Amino acid sequence: MKKKLNKNSLNGFINYGIILVVYLVLQFLIGGGMVSNSLQSLLVPACCYVVMAMSLNLTVGILGELSLGHAGFMSLGAFSGIVTSILLQSVLPAVPLRLAVSMAAGALAGGLGGVIVGVPVLRLRGDYLAIVTLAFGQIIKNIIMVLYVGVDGTGLHVALNSDRFILAEDGTTIIKGPMGAVGVTKLASFTAGFVLILITLLVVQNLVNSRAGRAIMALRDNRIAAESVGINVTKYKLMAFVISAALAGAAGALFGLNYSSTVASKFDFNTSILVLVFVVLGGLGSIRGSMIAAALLYVLPELLRSFDIAEYRMLIYAIILILVMLATNNPTLKNFFGSVFKKKKKPASRTSK
Amino acid sequence: MKKFLALLLAFVMTLALAACGGNDDNQNNNSSAPDGAQGDTQTPGNDQSGDAQTPGGSQPSGDAVTIKIGGIGPLTGDNAQYGTATYWGAEIAVEEINALNGPVRLEFNYQDDTGAADTAVSAYNTLKDWGAQVIYGCTTTTPCVAVASETYADRYFQLTPSASSPEVVNGKDNVFQMCFTDPYLGTAGADYLSENNLGTKYGVIYNNGDAYSTGIAEAFLEEAKAKGMEVVATQTYPDDTTTDYTVQLNACKDAGADVVFLPIYYTPASLILSQAKQMSYAPLFIGGDGMDGMLDMDGFDKSLAEGLLLMTPFSAGAEDERTKSFVEKYQADHGILPNQFAADGYDCMYAIYEACSQIDGLADMDHAQLCDALAALFGGGGFAVDGLTGSGMTWKDTGEISKSPLIFRVENGAYVGA
Repeated sequence: MKKKLNKNSLNGFINYGIILVVYLVLQFLIGGGMVSNSLQSLLVPACCYVVMAMSLNLTVGILGELSLGHAGFMSLGAFSGIVTSILLQSVLPAVPLRLAVSMAAGALAGGLGGVIVGVPVLRLRGDYLAIVTLAFGQIIKNIIMVLYVGVDGTGLHVALNSDRFILAEDGTTIIKGPMGAVGVTKLASFTAGFVLILITLLVVQNLVNSRAGRAIMALRDNRIAAESVGINVTKYKLMAFVISAALAGAAGALFGLNYSSTVASKFDFNTSILVLVFVVLGGLGSIRGSMIAAALLYVLPELLRSFDIAEYRMLIYAIILILVMLATNNPTLKNFFGSVFKKKKKPASRTSK
Repeated sequence: MKKFLALLLAFVMTLALAACGGNDDNQNNNSSAPDGAQGDTQTPGNDQSGDAQTPGGSQPSGDAVTIKIGGIGPLTGDNAQYGTATYWGAEIAVEEINALNGPVRLEFNYQDDTGAADTAVSAYNTLKDWGAQVIYGCTTTTPCVAVASETYADRYFQLTPSASSPEVVNGKDNVFQMCFTDPYLGTAGADYLSENNLGTKYGVIYNNGDAYSTGIAEAFLEEAKAKGMEVVATQTYPDDTTTDYTVQLNACKDAGADVVFLPIYYTPASLILSQAKQMSYAPLFIGGDGMDGMLDMDGFDKSLAEGLLLMTPFSAGAEDERTKSFVEKYQADHGILPNQFAADGYDCMYAIYEACSQIDGLADMDHAQLCDALAALFGGGGFAVDGLTGSGMTWKDTGEISKSPLIFRVENGAYVGA
């Protein structure tokens, strides 16, 4: 029997296609020396934010729960990724392999954080997840700010106080309290970011189009109806939330390994909100939307530097955000675009009000 | 839920806008060298032209060489006040230097890093695209560490006005500091207190979420232990937006501390002083260079700071000619008194200018050659600069500066040498 390509998988392939084309074009341009230094330096963090936005979309758009502490998972991933990469320095000299293992460690740490937050909170009804993730982000930030981690001949040392943090002479300090992680060897590359985006797409799209994904969206749309047909609420909510947290952890690891120094205060409430802005402006539930919104909006403030309006850079950025939000919610414009692209309007991509 | 989200985001954006509001002056490259000078000047830094030059063919004297300086610091965000000060201070120096018509002109471009490491690296790359030959910055420590490892790899000479952690210069031969390192200031504070017998029991209140504050406090505590000083209370708070310090002050009071060391910035320090007064606790307070600027805060009751000791390399009230003219220009341009960040920025520009003037064949150098030449000069020990924050300032080969802090006491709302 001939199986026709359904609309969902076609949509999925378009997303892979977009990523692949962007990657190849950029690689070609970099090879030809046509990309400025400043744009090149933005590629890896942009990849990280794209993954962050897609993973948050899983929680906010697909699962329908509000998470205000996504940067907390990123932070967990960043610092565990950095620690892993330094621990493995002598064991795994190959950079791509070490990066992959570090990102896996970051994903693991993020996922663990997701389980810890999710297990008690996702059993509740209402917007409790927003409150708890908000607190979680702050807690992670404050803990890492006083955390000292180092390694010497006798193994890994962890302390919450510089007095109790004693390393042997030959030891390396990895995380230094408020100084954060310093002296990190940069491992991240654009290719790694590209692969991470592909993996994220693969995970998210397959999840959404699977039996579990339909259960998750059923929970979002009507919890009581979903429960009545025997869907295990906590299990599916936890599944989406933990996957989202793990992907954020992997993105964090890539981000942390792209700079020689990383501090916990980078991953604060503002970063969580920034990612949420990407998701909301890209469209709740739309994977492609968050992908594009994150990439464009992350690069935008840096591009604004090149004009004479540099002093109003952040002001213009904020105004653009507001305009995009107004435009995407404007019924007239919506109708206009609706009539232009008459064909597809997935009901699955809208959330409950 | 959508409505709630929209409201929340709008609220956050309003906050973000409000945070940006403090920065109102033009901040782009507006202090370039005069056009006439640029016409017949070689622009080094451009690799092709540098390589094409025959060796030894230095410019005839009389032609000025323009050096492009790329500055990085926070002009928006929480640390905007410090970044703006280093920008404005350096700007005045660049104008003065270009007016001298000397052998070296400076072209200055300052980019915002919002106080974050990732933005600072982007800003640095923007400056690289602009053709910067020397990097001036960053203002705060964390971005500076990130940028320093980039400049080290790319071979750009970097001079920071105010990133004071030893991590900034650690292991990098191309990065130099204009400010004291945190441990140096902490040690100097403990030494000063013990030598002058200013107290019997000591308390410390510091921000353990801030590298600057923690760095000074840790060095202070270590030195205090070595000198046998009795530290009875060590109190911390998590960030500078904290507004209530009564717990920390009470702990110091109950432990009977008669000297309280505050290695923190002036905004929290001003709150600590007023809350200490409310609970009628009057120990001797002593602070570091971050305290400079408190007297000029809007609505600050200067009587609160009476008797406060602070260690800073710069005082806007100093009587020498150079400081006076700097303060005058700064006030005319921006309406406020300069603090030590501005003075450090001013000194940085003169240090770069004087070092460049001493280098032969400057016009033929690309940024890597210039970096090596400047690093050799700064690190060699023979190069000394006079500035607002000290005279005869020299550098160690590690990148740390050698100058001594001045200790001031606040009397009648003004600094007096102590």
